[in-house]
Amino acid sequence: METTTDKKVKNANPKTLHISGAEAVIRCLLAEDANLVYGYPGGAIMPIYDELYKFQDQLHHVLTRHEQGATHAAQGFARTSGKVGVALATSGPGATNLVTGIADAQIDSTPMVCITGQVASHLLGSDAFQETDIIGISTPVTKWNYQITKASEIPEIMAKAFYIARSGRPGPVLIDITKDAQFEQFDFSYEKCTGIRSYQPYPTLSPESLEEALVLIGQAKKPLVVWGQGVILGRAEEEFKAFVEKSGIPAVWTILGLSALPTEHPSNRGMVGMHGNYAPNLLTNECDLLIAVGMRFDDRVTGDLSTYAKQAKVIHLELDPAEVNKNVMADVVLLSDCKVSLQALTDRIQSKTYPKWIQRFDELDAIERKKVIHSDLNPTKPGLTMGEAVGMINKYSKGDAVIVTDVGQHQMVACRYAKFNQSKSNVTSGGLGTMGFALPAAIGAKMGALDREVVAIIGDGGYQMTIQELGTIFQQQIAVKIVVLNNDFLGMVRQWQQLFFDKRYASTEMVNPDFVMIAQGYQIQAKRVSERKDLDQAVQEMMASDKPYFLEICVEKEGNVFPMIPTGASVSDIRLE
Amino acid sequence: MENKTYTISVYTENNVGLLNRISAIFLKRHINIESFSTSESEIPNVFRFVIVVNMTTEKVIKIVKQIEKQIDVIKAFYHTDEETIFQENALYKVKSSALFEERQIQNIIKQSHANIVTVSPEFFVIEKTGFRNETEQLRKELAPFGLLQFVRSGRISVTKAKMGISEILNTFKNTNT
Repeated sequence: METTTDKKVKNANPKTLHISGAEAVIRCLLAEDANLVYGYPGGAIMPIYDELYKFQDQLHHVLTRHEQGATHAAQGFARTSGKVGVALATSGPGATNLVTGIADAQIDSTPMVCITGQVASHLLGSDAFQETDIIGISTPVTKWNYQITKASEIPEIMAKAFYIARSGRPGPVLIDITKDAQFEQFDFSYEKCTGIRSYQPYPTLSPESLEEALVLIGQAKKPLVVWGQGVILGRAEEEFKAFVEKSGIPAVWTILGLSALPTEHPSNRGMVGMHGNYAPNLLTNECDLLIAVGMRFDDRVTGDLSTYAKQAKVIHLELDPAEVNKNVMADVVLLSDCKVSLQALTDRIQSKTYPKWIQRFDELDAIERKKVIHSDLNPTKPGLTMGEAVGMINKYSKGDAVIVTDVGQHQMVACRYAKFNQSKSNVTSGGLGTMGFALPAAIGAKMGALDREVVAIIGDGGYQMTIQELGTIFQQQIAVKIVVLNNDFLGMVRQWQQLFFDKRYASTEMVNPDFVMIAQGYQIQAKRVSERKDLDQAVQEMMASDKPYFLEICVEKEGNVFPMIPTGASVSDIRLE
Repeated sequence: MENKTYTISVYTENNVGLLNRISAIFLKRHINIESFSTSESEIPNVFRFVIVVNMTTEKVIKIVKQIEKQIDVIKAFYHTDEETIFQENALYKVKSSALFEERQIQNIIKQSHANIVTVSPEFFVIEKTGFRNETEQLRKELAPFGLLQFVRSGRISVTKAKMGISEILNTFKNTNT
C-alpha cells in the first residue's frame, strides 16, 4: 500500500503530490472552495467516489435520488450562495440525466461544474457499457466542456472549469473524465486559472457610450428601468439601488431579476412579461427611454417584438456581447459589468423625480389591484386561491425567506405576490421552464443559505417530476418547507386550453396520490389544508418548524393567472381577465 | 433584408469538439452551411475555420457573436465576397481512353487552365482551382466524356483587411505576465 512517505519519496518536485487522478479531482474541488457536491455514484466514476469517502471530513457529498436532482440542487446552491454549484454523475445514463439541469443553468446563467465519469479511454467509441457521448450531447447547452483522458490534464482543466463557470456571464461547464485517467498516478500541483487568451469575460466600458447614455437619460421625460438577473450575478444590488434612487426612474423586473431590489422599495414597480404587472407592461409602450440592465429581452418579456417599446430610445447595460441587439436594437450599449456601468452612471446623473410619470404607474396599479390583485389575495368565494396561500407565507416569512418555485401557475403567482427584503432570494427556473426544478433546487438553496428560511412553492404536476428528492431531504434532514399548491391539474396548460383551445382539457387533469402520506413515508412532518379558516394556522405551524415540513394546500381547481399577455401579442394587449 | 453570401472566418484554439460546438450554433438556428473548411492558420496552434453561408447581414452579425462567445474561439469575422480573396479546389477523375480518343478533351483541359495530377492506364485526374463558376464550368464540359468521380473542396479565403489575431494574443500575454 502506498503511504504518504512513499508519495514524498517518489516526488521529483517537492511542491507536487504523487496521487491518482481521482484524488486530484477532489483536491481541485477543495482548492476551488467547493466543499459541497451533489451527485450519484456509478461504475465509471467510482474512483472519484472512493476518494470522496477518504475526504468526507473535508468535502460533503449529498446523494440525490436522481442525477437531475443533483444538477438542480447545485443550481439552487449557486443561486443563494453566489458560489459555483457542483454535480457529479457516472457515465451513460448518469450523464444524460444531468442534461436538463445543465440546459437550465445555461439559459439562466447559473455557475455550475458537472463532473461525469466516462468509460476507459481505450473503450471510447466502442459502444461500451454505459458509454455515451456526453461531450457531444452537452455541447449546445454548456458554456464549455472538455473530456479528460490523462490524469495530468486534471489540474489545469478543473481550474479552467471553475474560472469559466463563474466569470463573465456565468454558466455550466461539464468535465468528462475517463476511468483510466481517474486511476492514473501523476505529480499533482494546482494553480488557479486567472485568464484564458481566447476568452474576455469583462469588456471595458466605453467612455463615449457612457456619455451618450447620460445624454439620453438627461433628456428623458418618461424613463423606465427594466432589470434582470444581471444585477444579482454582477453583485451590483447596491449600485443598482443607488442608481434608481438618485435617478428617480421607476424600475421593473424580469422574473430572474426578482429580489435584487426589495419588494417594498418605492422605485420597485413590479414585474414585466406575460404574467407581469399591468403598469410595467403597458408603460413599456409609453416610456420614452428604456434602460435595460442585465436582462436579455426574452420573448416572455417582450411579447411581439415588432410592437415592443418602439417609441422609446433604448440603453442596454449588458455583459454578454451576443445579447446586445439580439432581440431589441439598442440606441446605446453599455457593454460592461453592470456593477461598473451603474456606478459610472450614478456618479454623473442628476438627482431627479418624475411625479407625473410615476402617477401613471399609480393609476394603472389601482386598476390591477381592483380587477386582479384584490380577489387573488382576499377572495371571498369558496376555494382557496394560490394568491392567498402566497400572501399567508408572506405574513410569516415577513419577506425574509428564500422562495423556490417550480414552473407554472404557482410560479407566476408566487413571483407576483411573494415579498422579498434581500437579494438572492428568488430561485426559479426562468428561461428553460423546467418542471421538477423546485424540490431539488430547494435542497441546494437551503444548503447555500443555512441561516435562512427556504420555502419551496410547487404545483402538483412539477412536484411529481422530482418527488423522489424527498428521500434526499429525509436522509440529510434539510429543513426546507415544501408547499404544494394542489389544483389536481397541470394548471398553466389547462388555463391555455381554456382560453385558446375551447376548454379541451387534453391530459391536464391529474389523479393525485395522498401527498401527505408520501411525505410521512419519508418521516417528514406533513399536513393538508383545504379550508380558508385553517390556512393561517397551517402556514404558521409550518414556518415555526425547524425541521423539513410538507404542507399541501388544496386550491381552487380552475383558477387562472392574470394579467396575461397572450403568446405573440403586444405588451399593450395585456389582459386583466 | 435580402440574403447575401458571407464568408465567416473563425480563429480558434486547437481543441477536440470545437467543430461540433461551432456547427451546433448553425444547427440550433436551422441554418444550412454552404461550405466549411478548416486548417492551421498563420499562427502556430491556432486554427482557422472558413464557413460560407447565405443569409441577411442582420443574421450573420448575430451568428458571429454567438461563435465568438465560445470560450475557445479567439475571434470571428464575417466578410462579403468583395472583401475577400477566395478559391475552391476541384478534382475530376476521367477514364484514360477519353483523353486519347477524344481530341476535344485535351482542348478543354488546356483552355480551363486545369492541371493534370496523375495519368494511369485506366484513369487520369485533373485539378482545377478557382471560383465556383469555373470549377462548375469544367465539370459540365467534362461530363459528356464520363466523369468517374468529381469532388470540390470548401471555400478557402483570406481577407483583404488585416485580421490582427497576433495582436489580440499578444495583448493577452502582456496583461497576464
